[in-house]
Amino acid sequence: MEEAGNKKAVIEFEKFSFQYFSQAEPTLHDIDLKIYEGEKVLIVGPSGSGKSTMGHCLNGLIPFSYHGKVEGSLKICGRETQEMNIFELSKRVGTVLQDADGQFIGLTVGEDIAFALENDLVKQDEMKETVQKVADMVDMGKLLKSSPFELSGGQKQRVAFAGVLVDDVDILLFDEPLANLDPATGKTAIDLIDRVWREYHKTVVIIEHRLEDVLYRDVDRIVLVNDGKVVADMTPDQMMAADILGKYGIREPLYVTALKYAGVKVKEEHRAGRLATLDIPAVQDAVLKWNSEASEKPDKKERQVILSAEHLDFQYTKKRRILQDINFAIKEGEMVSIVGTNGAGKSTLAKVICGFVKEDGGKLLYSGADMEGQTIKERSKIISYVMQNPNQMICKPMIYDEVALGLRLNDVPEEEIEERVEKALKICGLAPFRKWPISALSYGQKKRVTIASMLVMNPKILILDEPTAGQDYHHYTEIMEFLKSLNESGVTILMITHDMHLMLEYTSHAIVICDGKKIGDASAVEILTNEEIAAQANLKVTSLYELAKLTGIGDAQGFVQKFIDYERRNMRS
Amino acid sequence: MKAKLFDYVDRDNFIFNLSGLTKLFCFIFMTFSVMFSYDIRYILFIMVVSAIIFKASGLQFKQIKIMLVYVVIFLLMNFILTFLFSPTYGTEIYGTRHELFQITNFYVVTKEQLLYQITKTTKYASVVPLGMIFLLTTNPSEFAASLNRVGVSYKASYALSLTLRYFPDMIRSYQDIAVAQQSRGLDLSRKEKFGVRVKNTMNICIPLIFSTLDRIELISNAMDLRGFGKHKKRTWYVAKPMKKGDWGALVFGAAILAGSLCMSFLVNGSRFWNPFV
Repeated sequence: MEEAGNKKAVIEFEKFSFQYFSQAEPTLHDIDLKIYEGEKVLIVGPSGSGKSTMGHCLNGLIPFSYHGKVEGSLKICGRETQEMNIFELSKRVGTVLQDADGQFIGLTVGEDIAFALENDLVKQDEMKETVQKVADMVDMGKLLKSSPFELSGGQKQRVAFAGVLVDDVDILLFDEPLANLDPATGKTAIDLIDRVWREYHKTVVIIEHRLEDVLYRDVDRIVLVNDGKVVADMTPDQMMAADILGKYGIREPLYVTALKYAGVKVKEEHRAGRLATLDIPAVQDAVLKWNSEASEKPDKKERQVILSAEHLDFQYTKKRRILQDINFAIKEGEMVSIVGTNGAGKSTLAKVICGFVKEDGGKLLYSGADMEGQTIKERSKIISYVMQNPNQMICKPMIYDEVALGLRLNDVPEEEIEERVEKALKICGLAPFRKWPISALSYGQKKRVTIASMLVMNPKILILDEPTAGQDYHHYTEIMEFLKSLNESGVTILMITHDMHLMLEYTSHAIVICDGKKIGDASAVEILTNEEIAAQANLKVTSLYELAKLTGIGDAQGFVQKFIDYERRNMRS
Repeated sequence: MKAKLFDYVDRDNFIFNLSGLTKLFCFIFMTFSVMFSYDIRYILFIMVVSAIIFKASGLQFKQIKIMLVYVVIFLLMNFILTFLFSPTYGTEIYGTRHELFQITNFYVVTKEQLLYQITKTTKYASVVPLGMIFLLTTNPSEFAASLNRVGVSYKASYALSLTLRYFPDMIRSYQDIAVAQQSRGLDLSRKEKFGVRVKNTMNICIPLIFSTLDRIELISNAMDLRGFGKHKKRTWYVAKPMKKGDWGALVFGAAILAGSLCMSFLVNGSRFWNPFV
């Protein structure tokens, strides 16, 4: 075992390469990386960079579940992983997977936490004791009898976390822990990881591309992975100064971008890794100066209201009222984000608009006309709904057929179908793949297929559920720029989202739903600089706002707006 | 949201607190008693018992309403078809012929046929509620634990319990996919011809299968990572030790079975109760 100072290396990649049997190229090349006992390391990289594969190598899913060719060596706690099986590894490395819902194995919280103990033949009374102890560590001790349906996303993740802590592992591995959480819950999750790291002296490895959210708490090192290679391995402060994140498709924290716009050359001693450690006096002047520069405001057109709701109510049962007295007006050609906590009623609102479920009270108006009594099919001529998971929508093996399906079902003549499908494929950048099977596409491309299959119907309004969930910055930008161009061609777009960046950058109008009520309806900038609404709806105030406050800018909202306008102008030019 | 059918909701009463193993055995005993005997008196007795059990379990009628509707339709069909295909089977069994009235030369309604068909219907009608009570009052994990204890491999038991658990989930995602496909113009209503409707349902099943496969991969990874399959045995967090109540219930179930056998062999002399001789 190698020693560095007085610290032990617990994870040692040495000239490590890995190639899946199903792929022509190795996914990981020549990785050299050491992680020391008690460190907290963040692995970032774009989709397909190999960061998840690194995670699979650490927890043993490679080669246990996914087979391939390994070269070089990977040692965990001094032992070669090639000689260990997944069960031995799972005693060393505890993994919290991305989808907290899918990894909930037991029927109740207690049972799920106990799963690893059951497999280890622990006696029942001893097991109950350990489960209680570990559940208390993650503040779930009072909910041992709850079923997964009664838990929020954040709570399910805590359960998953407890499920690996029962094993008293040395290394905790988190695979995209923030993926399905709303911003405030994500913050709590990062806090919890930090607490366990400090109090129980674990080694923590986090794989995530939402850099800014992870950096909310201390991280020792950031490892940047691209194309199966480690391209950078440095402290957060060095990483911000090195200015390489953008080049590899990782979004740097917004406040860092703002500093750059203000002409600050970020250096390591500015300690820009976290906003809390940032050397404000060193950058203050530049930020203030930039803020005082005049900026051109984009002009706003007056538009007709296309979709409005008046006193909309919906409930599944008398006791559980999902939507209460919702009013809104969406103008033609707007891009609107619908935000709020998990389970606040956002998806239900979309379902009511599409006519999947019927409202119990109030009215929905399309261009001023009441939509009462219109069936799903009738509404589908003007409103299209794209589900979050493309696998839940695609039902034909070939791309062309999938996109044509809606038209064929509506008995559109075949010549017209061809024309409309070609057009939709072209808009979605799928024209070269028209003869391809769906199975050959990536997740992001499948998402586009589902959008294309809705576009052929020529909807006036497109509703998307979490359009960018699980996408890295590169694909995120691609999808969003694509939606933006659609929007500019006249389609009104509504998006249900947890992504504050998306909301800020792309949607001028945001509707905030909390516990079935509308608590905010304004521009995205106004919402994300309103601490009260943000706290109530589990949103997070943008770090730009915090930067403005710290540097003593009075009109913080104006600063955020200026940033957005500046970015829009520069990205277009 | 509305897919409450087959959802296990925990309750605290005598029936729920019985071990899954006890419930399985009682279910088998009672079902066998009913299936074996053609004595309508005994079958009605078991029906009353199962109604009492249902009441005692605190289950809501609406939980089984949809199932019940299907069962009634099935029983009616069965009743009519039996008569259409073998209108004289009753007389063959009982060996006598008491005509009630004549429909055509071939279709004659006899007391024997009527008794036979009513008996058969009550048989099904009393087994189905028993099955539903068993499903709805048994915690799937605890049931797996029980199966494992009587020698079924724990992997098979766990697979069964996971299936029971994910069934409500699958119904939920079926409904989600169905509405999304309907918004593309897929018609599942009665307006469409039957053949087309079947084809359209296929269009929903494909995405359902694919998203389910994704889920299976995820869950099996999650289980591997937490040591499932490491040892030849495993312990169970939810296992319930056999208590007095369990033994009591088992004795009761066995008594019902014994009663059924006694009625057949000692009282009636065959599986059939023949009031016509």
